[in-house]
Amino acid sequence: MRAALESSGTVRTAVISKLYPTRSHTGAAQGGMCAALANVEEDNWEWHTFDTVKGGDYLVDQDAAEIMAKEAIDAVLDLERMGLPFNRTPEGRIDQRRFGGHTRNHGEAAVRRSCYAADRTGHMILQTLYQQCVKQDVEFFNEFYVLDLITDHDLSAGEVPEGETVTATGVVAYDLATGEIHVFQAKAIIFATGGAGKIFKTTSNAHTLTGDGMALAYRRGLPLEDMEFFQFHPTGLAGLGILLSEAARGEGGILRNADGERFMERYAPTIKDLAPRDIVARSMANEVREGRGAGPNKDYVLLDLTHLEPAHIDAKLPDITEFARTYLGIEPYTEPVPGVPHRALRDGAASRRTSTRGAARQHARRQGPVRGRRGRLRERARLQPSRHELAARHQRLRQAGRSHRGGLRRDRVVHGAPGEPCRERHRAARGDAQPSRRRARGRRAQGAPGDDGRQRAGVPHGRVAEPGPRGHPRPAEALPRRVGPGQGPAVQHRPPRGDRARVPARHRRGHGLAALNRKESRGGHYREDFPARDDANYMLHTMAYRRPTAAGAADDRLVDGHVAGYFDHVEQFDGYKVALGSKPVTQTRYEPMERKY
Amino acid sequence: MTATLESTAAPEAKAGEIPSFEVTLRIRRYSPESAHGEEPYWDEFTVLAHGTDRVLDALHKIKWEHDGSLTFRRSCAHGVCGSDAMRINGRNRLACKTLLKDVNPDKPITVEPIKGLPVVKDLVVDMEPFFASYREIMPFLITSGNEPSKERLQSAEQRERFDDTTKCILCAACTSSCPVFWTDGQYFGPAAIVNAHRFIFDSRDEGATQRLEILNDKEGVWRCRTTFNCTEACPRGIEVTKAIQEVKRAMITRAF
Repeated sequence: MRAALESSGTVRTAVISKLYPTRSHTGAAQGGMCAALANVEEDNWEWHTFDTVKGGDYLVDQDAAEIMAKEAIDAVLDLERMGLPFNRTPEGRIDQRRFGGHTRNHGEAAVRRSCYAADRTGHMILQTLYQQCVKQDVEFFNEFYVLDLITDHDLSAGEVPEGETVTATGVVAYDLATGEIHVFQAKAIIFATGGAGKIFKTTSNAHTLTGDGMALAYRRGLPLEDMEFFQFHPTGLAGLGILLSEAARGEGGILRNADGERFMERYAPTIKDLAPRDIVARSMANEVREGRGAGPNKDYVLLDLTHLEPAHIDAKLPDITEFARTYLGIEPYTEPVPGVPHRALRDGAASRRTSTRGAARQHARRQGPVRGRRGRLRERARLQPSRHELAARHQRLRQAGRSHRGGLRRDRVVHGAPGEPCRERHRAARGDAQPSRRRARGRRAQGAPGDDGRQRAGVPHGRVAEPGPRGHPRPAEALPRRVGPGQGPAVQHRPPRGDRARVPARHRRGHGLAALNRKESRGGHYREDFPARDDANYMLHTMAYRRPTAAGAADDRLVDGHVAGYFDHVEQFDGYKVALGSKPVTQTRYEPMERKY
Repeated sequence: MTATLESTAAPEAKAGEIPSFEVTLRIRRYSPESAHGEEPYWDEFTVLAHGTDRVLDALHKIKWEHDGSLTFRRSCAHGVCGSDAMRINGRNRLACKTLLKDVNPDKPITVEPIKGLPVVKDLVVDMEPFFASYREIMPFLITSGNEPSKERLQSAEQRERFDDTTKCILCAACTSSCPVFWTDGQYFGPAAIVNAHRFIFDSRDEGATQRLEILNDKEGVWRCRTTFNCTEACPRGIEVTKAIQEVKRAMITRAF
């Protein structure tokens, strides 16, 4: 919606969404978004950049992190001017609070950087953007499900064009209300399709976060980047997949084990409960594994808010305390709340170049792996924890919309692939009778380690730590089998109106394979068999491509200068294979250091 | 999610947990393409539910294990996206915020689409009339003059004045519980008025007069009969009727 606000002023823009726009999962973000406004205490974007780079365990493109930290400030002010009702300081400025991993002067102490509207910041962002879209009369296609991306070369079929540039000219979408399949031709396409938490069984993600955008791109042979990284949010309501905001700790909440000990003092002596999410999640998992978990099954830790004033809780954290009451019957004023880590955010994403400023921006549009397909929502310094990202995402989408405006003229004719063959293919496709079965199988494979009470937070793929017969980690059979060759997306009942069939997440394999190949532990990616970070070998982004099995080595060429063959694992599945390549990490001023808080 | 496909037998209840139980859902369905034609009909399903399952979990079980053609909207599953407002045992609620154990699972639980909006299929209604009323009240910040270079200032008290109505998730539970809205569907409905309230009482906004004029229409706030159905239905705990009364009062004291 943010990009559409920018572009709809000058070029005809359609927002295609499988939901009503106000149902998007942005609305579930609670605690706040970070920008170094320095409204309540000294802060600057350079410290924010450092925290971002360190938070991502140095696998962050530092130029991108810098852009993000600088522009987050404008993004927040921009939202305020659109009407977002932020909480206020006594002077009437936007109030800020503490969040995990945010520090003053490169790690000295926690700093108040998160701008918030109670504990429903995401809800307010979503509403505000939709309000502005109503104001500008943006054209929406609600409950249209995008099935495919129309490109002039299908990389997944081994068609690598000269100049390594692919042009996307539209999408094919399914109208959920009528069952009709439509082609949308476009000069430029922006994907802002959200995460893929639903590849797991327990997740804070909405049912609709099935990774469709990434799956579409991947199916057309575009690389997925850093798929092994999946963020775990430390505090979910035990067993339910409902998030308890980090703001609970930012406002003074304390994590305790069964003995009532504030265990984060041992793991992160300086900033304690406000360490980054992966560290807190791993520490919690460790407490549980070592037998200090609370509850009858010793399988969770406690989030203690009881020392806070009820009035303070009501003012700053009204929604999450209500969740605890509604779903667990717990009164957070007087009882600690059971919490376990949940998969929250997809860190990897469909890849494109990150530079988005001025001339570089124009350049990026022509040079990215796919022309005409402007990056995705999570296109950003990889691995930035989400709180850094919320503001940045907003700004990035705004920029994407702006560069459309500059780059497109109404009179330019769309050349390239016609959409009709693609549409006809989808019309003829007949999928599984019961997509739910396959979905459940997949989730079992992914969900097992986290759901058996021994939370191994940070191990994104359960089988990684268990060696196969020849000492290799055992990958493929653990991964679910998906749609066979020639089968279309699993549209369950074709014509009935409003049927809500889902294209399954296709990138699970990329996720598992990438995790197998990264033989180190870094940030959210933690392996028991390789517990240390390995900068010498793995200071690289992973790029996962789908390629036809039959293709020779020459056809394994990857686009956009990605290095092929660095990682040693290539897996074959039903007629195609996953090829992993790599891309270097951009480093500017921060040398990798040990990550301690 | 707690509803899982693999569990067909009741797992042993762990200490402190509510044991699993069987629950029957009576669902009002409408599927013109099926053999039932244009006639709505009732369908019953019995599923095994876990102690803390929500109505949404039971619906998912039905869709995934029994009848894939059952159609309903849902997304976040914890009451913040507003997709799954439906009439459960005769009251408008969100299926994801209603625990089965709280709606007397000993008897069949009735689930119907929300009233007053045209049904598209099963529990899915056409939301367009609802959003049309929302758009009519100009639900966006209206200001004049140049944009400030930084944020607009607002005191904590001024912010607090409209805090309650910023919680609205546009689920339509209130509007579709309103007897006035049922009669002809012309009334703006509580949700539109709540969103007008959110801007009328925002100290930064300058469009209050325009909005009050719109709501002074014969289909506007004056059709409210204060039955409090909306307040009772709101899954976000917004005091909807109070907000409507405040808009009425503002109309008398401010605008005219």
